[in-house]
Amino acid sequence: MVYLYFPGCTLYTKAQNLDEAGRECAKVLGFELKELSNWTCCGATFPLAKDNIMALAPPVRILARAKEEGSTLTTLCSVCFNVIKRTNQLIKGDEEKREKVNTFIEMDYQGDVRVLHYLEILKQEVGFDTIKATMKRDLQGMKVAPFYGCMLLRPFEEMQFDDKEAPTIFEELLEAISCEPVDFPYKIECCGAFQSVGAPEVATECAYAVLNSALKNGAEAVTTTCPLCQFNMDSMQKEIHEHHNDFRGIPVIYFTQLLALALGLPAEKLEFQRNDVDPRPLLKEKGLI
Amino acid sequence: MDRIGVVLCPCELEGVPLFNPEVVVETLKGRGEVLPLIHDPPICSESGMEAIRAFVENNELDRVVVACSKPELFGPPFKKALRRWGLNPSLSEVLGIPPAPERASEGGIQEALRVIQNGIDEIRGRKPSKSQKSPFVKRVMVIGGGITGITASIDLGNAGYEVLLVDRLPSIGGRMLQLSETFPTLDCAQCTLTPKTVETGQHPHIRLITHAEVESVSGDVGNFLVKIRRKAAYVDWEKCTGCGLCQEKCPSKVPSEFERGVGLGKAIYTLSPQAVPNKPVINREVCRYFTKGKCRVCEKVCPAGAIDYDQEDTLIEERVGAIIVATGFDLYPKEEIGEYGYGDVPDVIDGLAFERLNSASGPTAGEIRRPSDGRVPKEVVFIQCVASRDPERYMPYCSRACCMYTAKHARLYKHKVHDGRAYIFYMDIRSMGKGYEEFIQQGVEEEGILYLRGRVSRLFRDNNHVVVWGADTLTGKKVEIAADMVVLATAMIPSRGAKELAEKLHIGTDEYGFLTEAQWKLYPVESGVEGIYLAGCAQGPKDIADTVAQGNAAASKVQALFAQH
Repeated sequence: MVYLYFPGCTLYTKAQNLDEAGRECAKVLGFELKELSNWTCCGATFPLAKDNIMALAPPVRILARAKEEGSTLTTLCSVCFNVIKRTNQLIKGDEEKREKVNTFIEMDYQGDVRVLHYLEILKQEVGFDTIKATMKRDLQGMKVAPFYGCMLLRPFEEMQFDDKEAPTIFEELLEAISCEPVDFPYKIECCGAFQSVGAPEVATECAYAVLNSALKNGAEAVTTTCPLCQFNMDSMQKEIHEHHNDFRGIPVIYFTQLLALALGLPAEKLEFQRNDVDPRPLLKEKGLI
Repeated sequence: MDRIGVVLCPCELEGVPLFNPEVVVETLKGRGEVLPLIHDPPICSESGMEAIRAFVENNELDRVVVACSKPELFGPPFKKALRRWGLNPSLSEVLGIPPAPERASEGGIQEALRVIQNGIDEIRGRKPSKSQKSPFVKRVMVIGGGITGITASIDLGNAGYEVLLVDRLPSIGGRMLQLSETFPTLDCAQCTLTPKTVETGQHPHIRLITHAEVESVSGDVGNFLVKIRRKAAYVDWEKCTGCGLCQEKCPSKVPSEFERGVGLGKAIYTLSPQAVPNKPVINREVCRYFTKGKCRVCEKVCPAGAIDYDQEDTLIEERVGAIIVATGFDLYPKEEIGEYGYGDVPDVIDGLAFERLNSASGPTAGEIRRPSDGRVPKEVVFIQCVASRDPERYMPYCSRACCMYTAKHARLYKHKVHDGRAYIFYMDIRSMGKGYEEFIQQGVEEEGILYLRGRVSRLFRDNNHVVVWGADTLTGKKVEIAADMVVLATAMIPSRGAKELAEKLHIGTDEYGFLTEAQWKLYPVESGVEGIYLAGCAQGPKDIADTVAQGNAAASKVQALFAQH
C-alpha cells in the first residue's frame, strides 16, 4: 500500500527523530510512504476566524497536490494532521469557501483525499496484531505514558479520532510492542503549546503537570507524536527544574522511535541523540541498546 | 355522493396579503373538482364558526376540509362543533398550511393547494369510524404508576370512573418512591407518597395492572381497545400473602436497578417494604433456578405455595374511553459521559443513587456512605447540568429539577455529616417555584454550602479520591478538589420505551423522545389524538409539584370529556 507522506517543516529540522524512525518502520511493516512533491508549510494553525480564508490556502494546496499524486495522505505531526484534516472537512462541506480558496490558489480541490494519521494506518491498515507478529525486540514491559495532547483529538466532531474522552490507540500500540502503557489523568491535556514562545512560564507549568502526573503513576518514559508537545515536555525540562526542585525528569520518546526499536531497527538510526533528555541510559538499563 | 366543502382560513399577518382564493377555486376546477369554498371571516372568530355552520347547512355538506395555519389549535373545537351540528367529525379534516407570510409566496400557494387537494382525496369516500356506532366507554387507562399517574387515577376514581392503572414495575410509586426527602419542605418522600399508593391500591374504582406493559392500542376516543401484556411474575399473586419470607431466604444477591447500583437486591423482590401491591416477582435473568436449574429455595419456604416457575405472560384486553400517558423519565446514563469517566470511576454516582444512599429504606439505612469502601465521605462535590444544557454533546434543554434537588442533596448531606464539605458546581441557579429561592439561600447562608459557578472538565480516580478539575468562573481560577464522592445531576430523559409506546398510541414525540402536547401554552396535557392525554415527565422534565399539577389537569380533562357523553 502506498501512502502520500506529508512530513511538515519540523520533521525536516528539529524532529528528524520522529521522521526518520517513521520512515524506517514503514519499510519494515511493508507500506510505502511516498513523500508528497513540492510540499509547503501546512499553515501551522487552523484559522480560528471564520473569514480567515487566506490561512486555508496552504493546506488546500497541499491537499490538491495530494489529489494529483494519490488518494490517501498521511502525517506524523499532530499539528499538521489537525490543520490538514480540518481543512479537508471544511472544503468538502463548505461550497462558498471551497470556491474562494480554489479561485485564489488556481487549483480545483473538492475535499476528496483521505487524511489519515500514521497511528491510524498502524491500527486500521496494518493492524496491531501484524505489528506484534513482526516484532524483533522485546521492550521488556517498559512503563510508558502515552501523551495524546490536544491536536490529535480536538475538536472532537471534526477530528473523529478514536474515543473523544478516553482514547486508547496509543495504549493498544504500546501493548502490541510489549510496553506497559501507564494510565494517567493528563494524557489528553494541553502541553503548553505555543505559549512556550511568548509566556514560557505558562508552558513549563503545563508540561510539568503532565510529566509529574506520568511519573507519579509509575512511568519510566513518556511518548508523543507531536513535535510541539515533544519540545515543551522534552526540551523544556531544564526550565521545569528551575521552578520545581523536586522534579525528577523523564525521557520523552517519539512513538516511532519506540516502534522502530521493537521492530529491531538499529538504535544508531533512530537519532536518540536528538532527544534532549537522553533516553539511552534507560534503554541501556532495559538492555534494549 | 359525498358532499365536501373547503374552508380556507384567511388570517393575515401584519398586512401580508393572502393569495387569492380564486386561485384555489380555479385550480380545483382544473382538476375536475367543483366544490363550495369559503374564506371569510377568520375561522377562529365567533362569526367565523357561525359562517362555517351556515356554509355547511346551505350546501348540505357532510364533510369539510379546513385549511389553516394552526390545525392543532383549531382542530379540537371544530370537531366538537361538527358533532353539535350533527355531523360525524371523523369524516372531516383540519389541515395545516403554511402561515400567512409564506403562504403568499409561489411555493406557499402550491403547498397549500397540495394540502387541500390531499385532504379532499383523503375524506372522499371515507367510511364513518366505528367509534361513532359503538357506545362511549367511560373508563380510563392510565399508563405509568408514578406520582403523576397515581394523582390522575385517584382523581378519576373519586369522580366515580373506573381506572386501569398500568405500570411496568411490580408496584406503583415510580421515581418518587426512590427519593429520600423532597424540596423545598424536606418532607420524607415515602411518608407523603405511601398514603397515596395505599389509597390507590385500595380504591374501589382503581384496578392495578402492574408488572405489565401496553402491547397495542386501537380504536378511537370513547372506545379504545387496549391489549396489555402482564409479564410472568412466577408468583401466584392470588395466593401470595406478601409475608416476605421468600425475599429473606433468596440466596441470590444482585445489583438492583431500583437501588441505582449503590445497593443489592434479591432475585425475588418487591421494590420496597411498603410496595403496593406488596407482591414479589422473580427476575429470571439472575434467579439461580432459572439460570442454573437448581435452587427453588423460595418455593420451599413459601407458606402459601404461591411460587409458580411455569407461570407465563398473560394478555389482558380491555376497552377504555380515554388514556392518560404518564410514563415518566430516566436519567441520562453516566456510562455515556466520557469526561466523567464513562461510569467507571468508583464513588461517582447520579442523583437518584444519592437519594437511595440518603433514604431510610435504602441500602445504607440513610447513612451517607460511599459505595467503594463504605466510608463516610468528608468532601462531596455535586455537579449540576451534567448532560443538560449542552447542545454540542448532550441534551440542549434544562432538566428543571436539578438546581433544586442538588441544593437539597447538599443540605441533606450537611445535616448528616456535620464536618463534611459540600461543593456545588453550577451554571445558573434556576429556583422559580414557591419557596425555592429561599431554600437555596438557606443552604448557602446557614449551611455553608460552597457554590462554584463553573463546569467540571474531568474526573478521575487518584488513590482514595476522585479528583475533580473544574473552573470557578467568578474568580477566573481553575479549581482542583480531591473529593471523596461526586454526585452528578444528570439530565432527565424520557423513560425507556416511551417512543415505542407513543408510536402505538399514534401520538407525537419530540427530537429527544418526550411526548409532544397539542400546544404548549394552551393545551399542555392534550396529545394530538382526541381522548389521549399526557402528564408529567413523559412530556418534559419537571419537578413533583408541576407533575402533580399535570396529573390533576389530565384527570379533569378526562372528566370533562366523559361528562359530554
